[in-house]
Amino acid sequence: MKSIISFELYKIFRRPRTYIAFGAIAALIIVIQFGLKIDGKSYSDFLMKDINDTLTVDGNVLNGYLICYILLQLLLVHVPLLVALIAADMLSGEANLGTLRLLFSTPFTRTQWVLGKFIAASIYTIVLLIWLAFLALFVSMWVFGTDDLFLMKSNYVVLIEKNDVLWRYVGAFVFASFSLLTVTSLGFLMSSIANNSIGPIVGTMSAIVFFTILSTLNIPLFSIIKPYLFTTHMNNWKEFFDIQVNDNNEAITGSILNVAKIKTSLMVLSAHIVLFVSAAVLITKKKDILS
Amino acid sequence: MSVIQVNNVSKHFGSLKAVDGLSFEVQAGQVYGFLGQNGSGKSTTIRMLLSLIHPTSGSIEIFGHTIQSNRNKVLEEIGAIIERPDLYPYLSAKEHLQLFAKLRSKKITPATIEETLIKVGLQDRAKDKVQTFSLGMKQRLGIGIALLHNPSLIILDEPTNGLDPQGISDIRNLIQRLAKEEGKTILVSSHILSEIEQMASHILILHKGKKLAEGPIQTLLDPNKMIVHLKTTNDPQALQIILSGSFSNYLLKRQEGIYLSIPHFEIPLLNEFLVNAGVGLINVESKNSLEDYFLQLTSNTN
Repeated sequence: MKSIISFELYKIFRRPRTYIAFGAIAALIIVIQFGLKIDGKSYSDFLMKDINDTLTVDGNVLNGYLICYILLQLLLVHVPLLVALIAADMLSGEANLGTLRLLFSTPFTRTQWVLGKFIAASIYTIVLLIWLAFLALFVSMWVFGTDDLFLMKSNYVVLIEKNDVLWRYVGAFVFASFSLLTVTSLGFLMSSIANNSIGPIVGTMSAIVFFTILSTLNIPLFSIIKPYLFTTHMNNWKEFFDIQVNDNNEAITGSILNVAKIKTSLMVLSAHIVLFVSAAVLITKKKDILS
Repeated sequence: MSVIQVNNVSKHFGSLKAVDGLSFEVQAGQVYGFLGQNGSGKSTTIRMLLSLIHPTSGSIEIFGHTIQSNRNKVLEEIGAIIERPDLYPYLSAKEHLQLFAKLRSKKITPATIEETLIKVGLQDRAKDKVQTFSLGMKQRLGIGIALLHNPSLIILDEPTNGLDPQGISDIRNLIQRLAKEEGKTILVSSHILSEIEQMASHILILHKGKKLAEGPIQTLLDPNKMIVHLKTTNDPQALQIILSGSFSNYLLKRQEGIYLSIPHFEIPLLNEFLVNAGVGLINVESKNSLEDYFLQLTSNTN
């Protein structure tokens, strides 16, 4: 298995396509950081316009922690599409290229190949997420400095002390890795069905868009299935930034408002990963390699 | 010792019988030629040997183990190229060999990789990306990957595809050397019959998924019989004359021309017979090659 993983990782990181995602993330983050650095005051004034009459906020509101939160809100919706570029190509791309028969005639079982390839694609996904974390969090902290994190929710505000923020980002990125690995496994499943690269990539993207729409629609009929859709849970990394308050409405440092929600989401996402990968293994095992 | 034993193997794709009740045996040290037209079931059979395709029925044993239950152990001892030499365009020849070396339990040293590059004549292009390679170079690299781990059984599906005459000759010599000097068992498929004739000691002829003939080339090609192609002053009339006489038993069914499979000592009698009937003989082209044997078998089946 170790041989397969290193074989696959070598190929992934030698392919020019791999770096599209890294380049796209870097370009987006740098553009947003540049925009907020130049015109951040107008942006923060716009954010605070509804509460300026009732609340006085001191300090560096537009600090690195808030910038990272804004970036994650924007990017974690789109990064799955970049992940699909690689994951959905892992098996079907080989079939399309004709190299699948070369791989499957080596002394490893198809299950080993599928799992090895999935682990390699997962490592790529994690590396991409680390790249995102480095640029969105650490570069933002360096460029914009750090201070308390002030978040505007739909009908309340959250103020998290400066020294209580960083671990929440660690939690959020770990959670995001589960979300992205679910996309990786979905891409993998699509990849095991097709013999060309484009179909599974488009299929994965379409499935994400389709289920995201179902997850956000407030129609009672869909409410029954919503809790079981992976797209309902993918954005629950934000739960790390909802904090408990005491009787005096003061934030409790180190607390999370709804830990159960995070746990449930992680379980649903994990179940999807297991389901998608198992299905990919079964399909690949039964398949005749005709490409 | 039997290296490959195929017992009554069939493969159906829906209603299509790609391989139909095929049985054959390859002994250690043989160069076994697999002959057949395109679509005859050669590649499907080879893919079943490599467990890329699951047989609908029948069993396959390689080195005494069933491929289904001892897949990894069996594949460890096989080197194969299947049809086209499809490789990774963004990797170099050397990178391919280095990567595939990782997939083998046998220790493959950098020196072995260099030797393999020399063996397939790619030492000067070792660092070039495969996307810059010609089809022949890709084919040679594919063979290099197949030979890298020094397998006991080598399966080569159409190994001379895309090669120039020099390349074909090199591959032929390589196959013969591997068999004679290193005692490898080689199963080689091709639709280029002259190639197989020069390389193989045994052949199997497949047609529409079924075995038409199998055995040592010398046995299959009866030295007493020759295949002749007649050119006469009046071919339609000559054909009628042959059909009406005792020579009709020797007539081969062909779409064009008059072909007979005839004992060599009867050729002067045939000539005399035709001349007496008023048909002049312009040319008698005689052959005793695998190609003619193959065409004879397949045309009779058609």
